[in-house]
Amino acid sequence: MTCLHVENLHYQALGPFSFELHGGECLGLSGPSGAGKSLLLRALADLDAYQGTVLLNADACHQLPPTQWRRRVGLLSAESHWWADRVGAHFHAVNDAQLASLGFEPAVLGWSIHRLSSGERQRLALLRLLANQPEVLLLDEPTANLDPHNSTVVETLIQQQRDLHGVAVLWVSHDAAQLARVAQRRLHLVNGRLEYLA
Amino acid sequence: MIELSWLDLSLAAGLVLLLAGLLIHIGLDKLSLRLIIAGLRTTVQLFLIAWVLKFLFAQDHPFWVSLMALSMCLIAGYEVMSRQQRRFTGWWGFGMGSAAIFVSSFLVTLFTLLVLIQADPWYRAQYAIPLLGMVMGNTMNGISLSLDRLTQSAWQQRASLEARLMLGYGWSETIAEIRRDSVRTGLVPILNAMAAAGIITLPGMMTGQILAGSPPLEAVKYQILIMFLVAAGTGFGTLIAVSLGARHLFDQRERLCLQRLEEARH
Repeated sequence: MTCLHVENLHYQALGPFSFELHGGECLGLSGPSGAGKSLLLRALADLDAYQGTVLLNADACHQLPPTQWRRRVGLLSAESHWWADRVGAHFHAVNDAQLASLGFEPAVLGWSIHRLSSGERQRLALLRLLANQPEVLLLDEPTANLDPHNSTVVETLIQQQRDLHGVAVLWVSHDAAQLARVAQRRLHLVNGRLEYLA
Repeated sequence: MIELSWLDLSLAAGLVLLLAGLLIHIGLDKLSLRLIIAGLRTTVQLFLIAWVLKFLFAQDHPFWVSLMALSMCLIAGYEVMSRQQRRFTGWWGFGMGSAAIFVSSFLVTLFTLLVLIQADPWYRAQYAIPLLGMVMGNTMNGISLSLDRLTQSAWQQRASLEARLMLGYGWSETIAEIRRDSVRTGLVPILNAMAAAGIITLPGMMTGQILAGSPPLEAVKYQILIMFLVAAGTGFGTLIAVSLGARHLFDQRERLCLQRLEEARH
């Protein structure tokens, strides 16, 4: 079973933070804007320098090649970014069933990025990340740009990843109702302190 | 060769002064001032270098030639750094450009002196310094253009670069397109110069030799040689600088490190 083990994590001027995240589990993370939630996710994905211990199962982050770590601990940023003209150029591998699960036809791969709405971009960014088959998903407000229907679709897809593949999820959201819905345990980050919410 | 008198130079300077006056007349006072300062700099710098060259040619000693070559390299390295909008902090800003200029122009010039021209002795200042100067000047241009492109693009595209890192792309794959763009940018001036040579422009060196009385065919052969050397020097130098720069944008953990860039204060 997957386990992300975080011990005495310091980044920027924040920390120490310690917590564990288990396979199949969803841990909610809330807190005011600017509290450092996104930075926490960036540190866990090894995109920013940090001190402390981050283990995925028995593998220490610093002992794995960063490319491998980031494929196993996938970060979905609040805003998605695209570099090529066509959607398909951003995917390593994708199957039609996954596209269909988020409401896309296979032809979407040939679409120009500029044709996409912000909601479509966000859903495709999630698929792009899932193509790596990550063991841990770090989600930074994954449904911020989505309408209620599409939010539900995304929540369902994440739930499937947890149930079918035992993916561990750390879910950042401002929406308390959503976190209550998707997360078993909840963390709150405020004033540089990380606390469990009852 | 017809020698120029001081009066000839003064009359030519008069043209520049006339232009400066005209610029003031239409409200471009600052540009006019810059023109005059640039004219003074050209005069002073070129006379100084004439004295230095006269001294070097008279001595023809390897020590003085290498000292001259080394100072040219350091000045070019500084020039590369000062032309960057966003430069690398610390020694990297200066060292990266200087190292690339050093390796590429010195190797190309050494090859030319030892294998092609074979002057006696091979380090003869009359050949070594002008050749090195021309190769280095163009290499410097290419390197500063390409590094500027590299750092600016990385800065502007930081979000999409990091998006690729997040998806598990390696640093090299992530920066590959920007790296290619930067090399292309560095090579554009020399490519244009080679394409236009003889049709739209008469290259300066060849023109100089013809004015000095060389037969056109000999002057053209030298010019072709110079074009090839400049292309090679600029190309190798640009490749070296862009490779070093692209790697230095990422740390050991392949994180994008834009804090290694600082905005120029000007």
